[in-house]
Amino acid sequence: MGSATPVDDEAALIAQLRAGDESAYEQVVRTYGGRLLAVTRRIVGSEEDARDIVQDAFLNAFKSVGRFEGNSKLSTWLHRIAVNAALMKLRTRKRKPEQSIETMLPSFLEDGHHEERFKSWDEPVDKALERAETRQLVRAKIDELPDGYRTVLVLRDIEGLDTEETAKMLGLSVNATKIRLHRARQALRTMLAPHFAASGGGKATP
Amino acid sequence: MKCRELADFLMDYVSGELPEEHRAHFELHLSRCRNCHEYLAQYESTVKAGRIACGEMSDELPGDVPEDLVKAVLAARKLDPAK
Ligand SMILES: [Zn+2]
Repeated sequence: MGSATPVDDEAALIAQLRAGDESAYEQVVRTYGGRLLAVTRRIVGSEEDARDIVQDAFLNAFKSVGRFEGNSKLSTWLHRIAVNAALMKLRTRKRKPEQSIETMLPSFLEDGHHEERFKSWDEPVDKALERAETRQLVRAKIDELPDGYRTVLVLRDIEGLDTEETAKMLGLSVNATKIRLHRARQALRTMLAPHFAASGGGKATP
Repeated sequence: MKCRELADFLMDYVSGELPEEHRAHFELHLSRCRNCHEYLAQYESTVKAGRIACGEMSDELPGDVPEDLVKAVLAARKLDPAK
């Protein structure tokens, strides 16, 4: 995959940014723009909003690069700016009331056993995800999670933030963040299961 | 420990944060309950699937950023430079 060129001398790049070097700005946008766009899109669920947010994030970052402290990576810093803006967008947007996630969580019999018999999945996920359409399917299912759960899953499992930082960004307690992540993962499992355990239930692809 | 409790403790178990006193019970149940064993495997696979599908190697993000976005950012920056 012709991925963005890694920046091996970040300090030099930052120095160029501070000096107002036009080519440095361009390099930063080209290097980090793709991932920023992806995570922002995943949070706000709209290509158009994502582009606006990423554009603003770059502009804000360029303006405040003087205050950037070298103790985090440039990419981490950019992600934080974009993710915060995306979360803000989500908060201000009037959306349909949050769907319930309850129906996608496991249910239990009175004696505490699972109600469902879980059919084993056909192949290891890394194998299944070698197919582009499966990767696409997983992303589509993540996008279907209710906002409050999808955001936690994206920040923790995809962006790789820790629980404390995720909680802070979302204005949630650490405990609430953990519960949401657990539920988000469980719900995603429920959505993926019919596609990953084709045998027995018949192939559940539309 | 019942399947219900096991499901609650799953995340802490996976991240290695389940306190020792629960851990033994958790693993005992796991060794006897195929269904929970399967559920744990699928839970872990789900997390992994999300990482792979949206991660570094994701085909969703071509290395190249949309050209119009690059142009828009650079043009906007010139209109409103830092100094
Ligand atoms: Zn069980």
